[in-house]
Amino acid sequence: MLFTVLSGLITSSLIVPFGRFLKTKWGFILAFLPVLLFLYFTKFVVPIGQGSYFVQSTAWVPSLGINLDFKLDGLSLLFALLITGIGACIFFYANAYLKGQKYIDRFFGYLCLFMSAMLGLVLSDNMLLLFIFWELTSISSFFLIGFNNDQEDSRKSAMTALSITGLGGFFLLAGFVLMGNIAGTYNISELVDKVSLIQQHPLFPLIFGLVALGAITKSAQFPFHFWLPGAMKAPTPVSAYLHSATMVKAGIYLLARFSPILGGNPIWMYSLMIIGGITMLYAAFHSLFRTDLKGVLAYSTISALGILIFLLGLGSKEAVIAASVFILVHALYKAALFLITGIIDHETGTRDLTVLQGLRKVLMPVAIAGFLAALSSAGVPLTFGFIGKDLIYEATLHAAPSLFLYLTIAAVATNILLVSAGFMAGIKPFIGRLPEQFDHIHLPYKSLWIPPLLLAILGVIFGCFPGFVGDWISGPTANSILAQQEVFHLKIWHGFNLILLLSAITILVGTLVFISNTPSHKKLVWIATFEKISPANIFNACAHEIELFSAFFTAKMHNGYLRSYLLKIILFAELLIGYQLYLGGPLHIKWDTLSPVSFYEVTTVCILIGAIVLTIRTSSRLTAVVATSVVGYAICLIFVFYSAPDLAMTQFTIDTLTVVLFVLVLFKLPSFLNLANRRTIIRDAVVAIIFGMLLSMVALRVLHEPTTTDISDFYGDYAYVLAKGKNVVNVLLVDFRGFDTMFEIVVLSIAALGVYSLLKLRLKSSDKE
Amino acid sequence: MELILVLLIGILYAAGIYLILRRSMVKLLLGIMLLGNGTNILIFLLGNIIKGKPPIIDPDLKVFTDIYADPIPQALILTAIVISFGLTSFAIVLLKRVYALLGTDDLDDLNTPEEEDI
Repeated sequence: MLFTVLSGLITSSLIVPFGRFLKTKWGFILAFLPVLLFLYFTKFVVPIGQGSYFVQSTAWVPSLGINLDFKLDGLSLLFALLITGIGACIFFYANAYLKGQKYIDRFFGYLCLFMSAMLGLVLSDNMLLLFIFWELTSISSFFLIGFNNDQEDSRKSAMTALSITGLGGFFLLAGFVLMGNIAGTYNISELVDKVSLIQQHPLFPLIFGLVALGAITKSAQFPFHFWLPGAMKAPTPVSAYLHSATMVKAGIYLLARFSPILGGNPIWMYSLMIIGGITMLYAAFHSLFRTDLKGVLAYSTISALGILIFLLGLGSKEAVIAASVFILVHALYKAALFLITGIIDHETGTRDLTVLQGLRKVLMPVAIAGFLAALSSAGVPLTFGFIGKDLIYEATLHAAPSLFLYLTIAAVATNILLVSAGFMAGIKPFIGRLPEQFDHIHLPYKSLWIPPLLLAILGVIFGCFPGFVGDWISGPTANSILAQQEVFHLKIWHGFNLILLLSAITILVGTLVFISNTPSHKKLVWIATFEKISPANIFNACAHEIELFSAFFTAKMHNGYLRSYLLKIILFAELLIGYQLYLGGPLHIKWDTLSPVSFYEVTTVCILIGAIVLTIRTSSRLTAVVATSVVGYAICLIFVFYSAPDLAMTQFTIDTLTVVLFVLVLFKLPSFLNLANRRTIIRDAVVAIIFGMLLSMVALRVLHEPTTTDISDFYGDYAYVLAKGKNVVNVLLVDFRGFDTMFEIVVLSIAALGVYSLLKLRLKSSDKE
Repeated sequence: MELILVLLIGILYAAGIYLILRRSMVKLLLGIMLLGNGTNILIFLLGNIIKGKPPIIDPDLKVFTDIYADPIPQALILTAIVISFGLTSFAIVLLKRVYALLGTDDLDDLNTPEEEDI
């Protein structure tokens, strides 16, 4: 299983050097990658249908609990088949759709990366691994959504999508880490055995909230739904792939995968049912007002995702099987509808529903595909959608007695609106009279219209033989969500009952809504007036505020004045040191250990302090330099008093050299200007004095810390014995730490080279400007 | 004596900090030198200062028989003095170059062109 994930990643990186190949007519060969992967996964259908599963584990970072654990069970298999199967259609389609595009190689690179990330996501059996792939899908989808990066809208939508899904990713990671810490394992299969441990933990609501936030941001649930319609700026194949089977279903997958672990309690049930319920109604309602074909599809997708979340929240056996079937139903018809939209857009150059009509006369096979997909989305008998809708109604009708009425009404209302949305996208553009402007349109390449037709026909085949799908695909999926073994057998005909009646009502009313609702720009404008308080606007306002704040913050902190940076750094250091000193408790002075003070020393220190004061106060540059060197000489004397002859010699030499250099180079400079005003001087003086006091206190504290002299003793004992030198400091520098000294010499040489070249540098007069 | 040195460290640091907060580049450089001196004394103080016992073995002996000043801080300070000389000399020449080009010693005059870019 590892290689299925890696194959896409490797292909994606191979596109960097060999991308030119994709621009030739052989570019379609790349599409055989998902085809091969699809065939590979079909091989597992039979064993998994019989109740077994497959695991593969490779150690990666065992110390952190991150392992390449993969597991293929019913749920993973369904998603893997969707990702590779629909992926294959998309690859063929995109190759034709983007023919002649300048950056087609990049596009396929991102697409491969995305496909592998999705595969990795659904196959991982380790929470941290899952998270890595989760983020990888966010990142690769960012590139796909923003593929037309010369358009501002496109870039903006990509940013929105990334920030919303990325935000969710953060929450998800936090939830995973909490869960992993409580359960002591990051392996998802092992977590299933620790359900009671997790669910009875006081932090359980937090864990659930974090994981659910991750899922609902990814799956575009209210109030985070707005990134999805924005993401329609992507090229249509991307929309088809991301929004039918993959990206947005990742959130559904996550909840399905974790429903045996986190589900089955009131928090899970009510929160998911409420979020899903609001989303499905809200989005289905909004889809009525869209005039852009992709807009209709975007909102109906959000609504369908709402239904899935709603069903997973309900969590009963019926609801789970309904969700498993509906995932497949929705992927098939929604991918087909998106691809059809792409063809229409490609051929007519518009997606405006108020203009499009009568296209069946020029695009017959596309019209058939659209018609079939629309019927499946409406749930007309003998399509797979019919089975899906039946199961949804069955699930809501079997819910708790106090709830079932509301749930059923919500489900029926949503489905009525979705019937209309499906017809709008799949049938509306093809009926009626063909406008003259579309007369010249021809049927496009085969690889454009075959994939949607194939998907639409598949929807009908599955609808005619639901038993087969139920036994081998949806059944095992439901079993892995429920973490138990049941037999589900799907049937077309359940007899005349309430469900059939509801289905009939749905289709009938939905058709009526479709006929009576003609899309118009006026309605779109009307509904847009409500957008002022929408989550999208709140999000944008927040983003804008953050931008303003960071601009303000940058202007304050990064103002281009060195001393202001220094001041901030020093203040912060003062805070840190002060706090640490405060923690250390009061200071003590051990008077008896102090060495006595002699007259010479006091004199030296007095000279020193006088020189420091002079350095600060003088307005003459030369005086300041000389005063600084007096400081150096006085320190030199202190070294002499306290047994450091080498230091004294070095300090003396260096100080002399510095003064000479200073005077030679800087004697031309004018005297200091008094640039600071009184307030600045006082402020700086206060800061400086506080720092000096803090440092003195640090020195005091260190003074009485017991020091170990093991290392010094070692050098003292062996200086002569090992290195044949009697001056220990010298031996230390040139022998024991000889390499350090060598590098020091290198540093000095570099500085000397710099000095020499700066002195020798003769700038041309033009460079001086 | 230790207390006097502690006080001295504080004064050197305070003077150094005060000078590096000035606008003049020469003062900035002098401030850095004072800070360096303060740090040297701080390191020196950590190694238990002892009078008149340099870490040099008696010519007739092979090992120390008496107490001696700690050689490690001395070696560290020696390195620090030399390296800071490298820094100072480079900075001095750089200052001269800046003055030759811009005719100023004021740090604020250096970042005006950058602000115009923004």
